[in-house]
Amino acid sequence: MHAQVIRLESTKEKMEETNTAESVETAYPGTPETETQEPAKSAKREPNRERNRGVALRVLLPFFTFLMVLALWSFVQTKIAPELPTPSQTWEHAKEVLAHPFYDKGPNDLGIGWQLLYSLGRVVAGFGLAALVGIPLGFLMGMSINIQRAITPLVQILRPVSPLAWLPIGLLVFKAVNPSAIFVIFITCIWPMILNTATGVKAIPQDYLNVASVLKLSKLELARRILFPATLPYVVTGMRLSLGVAWMVIVAAEMLTGGIGIGFWLWDEWNNLSVPSIIVAIAIIGITGIVLDGIMGLVQMRLDYTKR
Amino acid sequence: MAQYLELQKIGITFKTARGSFRALDDINLKVEKGEFISLIGHSGCGKSTVLNIVAGLLNATEGFALLKGKEVKGPGPERAVVFQNHSLLPWLTVYENVQLAVNKVMGDKTKAERKDWIMHNLKLVHMEHASDKRPGEISGGMKQRVGIARALSMEPDVLLMDEPFGALDALTRAHLQDSVMEIQAELGNTVLMITHDVDEAVLLSDRIVMMTNGPAATIGEILDIDLPRPRERLQLAKDPHYHQLRGQVLEFLYQRQMRPAA
Repeated sequence: MHAQVIRLESTKEKMEETNTAESVETAYPGTPETETQEPAKSAKREPNRERNRGVALRVLLPFFTFLMVLALWSFVQTKIAPELPTPSQTWEHAKEVLAHPFYDKGPNDLGIGWQLLYSLGRVVAGFGLAALVGIPLGFLMGMSINIQRAITPLVQILRPVSPLAWLPIGLLVFKAVNPSAIFVIFITCIWPMILNTATGVKAIPQDYLNVASVLKLSKLELARRILFPATLPYVVTGMRLSLGVAWMVIVAAEMLTGGIGIGFWLWDEWNNLSVPSIIVAIAIIGITGIVLDGIMGLVQMRLDYTKR
Repeated sequence: MAQYLELQKIGITFKTARGSFRALDDINLKVEKGEFISLIGHSGCGKSTVLNIVAGLLNATEGFALLKGKEVKGPGPERAVVFQNHSLLPWLTVYENVQLAVNKVMGDKTKAERKDWIMHNLKLVHMEHASDKRPGEISGGMKQRVGIARALSMEPDVLLMDEPFGALDALTRAHLQDSVMEIQAELGNTVLMITHDVDEAVLLSDRIVMMTNGPAATIGEILDIDLPRPRERLQLAKDPHYHQLRGQVLEFLYQRQMRPAA
């Protein structure tokens, strides 16, 4: 019955799973439903069918979009820009590149896996340093109006500046590529962390503070038992935002600094005129971005009481 | 002998952007140990301000509150507050919310004793079954029960309740009122409760303090509720004396203190 709607084999399996999970009373787990179990099921069939439709559409519609992009790509390639590789050429190239991601033929010829890990390492370092500085600073700003007055103008002026503008300063001060890139990521991450943390502290409901004063909590207890947990959702949101931007910025920064890294690799492949590599790099950067955001999402689930 | 709780000539003036605002004027009240007092008045008349001054969350401009002969300075657990919107910390479980208070007030007791005390207080409000739930997982009435348990666990000299049932639906409210009456009969707490619900005030209180409208609100009249305890809401509904008392409060609120255009 539901086979009419579903064409993908994998989706069908997924549906069967949901079916059995939902109707434990009527079917043993793993046994496909059969027509003999009719009585209890007639009422359930309609909503199940609805749900299956939902699952199918969730899988099919993105797949359709993907096909559209491929069609557009092929069209542009044949009619407008023949220099572009075809989707199938790119796919072949991707398989080559991804077959040996961690090959190492000296510092100037590393596999894409290494490039990715170097970029991630810089992002993690800059992000971590920004958290160490930005979150405490945000707390101070949120708790003291005078510290807020002192810092806000500086933050407001520097926040709209592209972090890449700091790269020359980094190179000048650190006289090396790697710390400069980390410095740029640090600058990228610190503003959202400061501002979100400060906002979080200021958004704590007066009720919670009243509870604290009735209980006569000490400053330390107040910070540990109330300010910190109440602010955590804002802090994590700030971290999630800044990590997303950091991942965008590192690609650009590495294009400028050279050396190793996914951004450098992309630019290097452009110099080699290897356009399929560039497209592969774009896909890898995008997927890595999703994974990073997913990880922050999990952290948020874990730490953010509003998401539990 | 000094009164158990006494408010002496309390007045408060707030400084606002448009000059100063005289909220309360010359509030005098004497409360005996174990008494249940309700403060009733139209919204904006400053009844919550009175409670906050007794709680120590606000400082009176003139006058002071005395508890057991000592002047109230700043908040403290001996004047536990049940807040209108429960004010449970959402990242802690029901148990942990009460624990925060118990650890603070009974830090000298052993861990097992404190645990027993926490569970005892949750049982008082019939919430022991939900001790591992978080506030987000329980209903509004249940949250308020936990808020009451938290306040009771501090063994306060006076229990301050700021419209404790204001945010609840009528049926849940009746349920909680019964619970509060039971607990008060058992523990003999001294209670100061803010309310705008006439039935609630008559049902629960020994005396009802009726406040005039602001600005410069003060105590207009104090009504003794001499209904015998234990009180039972269905019995009272047929009791002419109950209706007479209720009528007196209504008359004060709606004839002598006509609500200003809201």
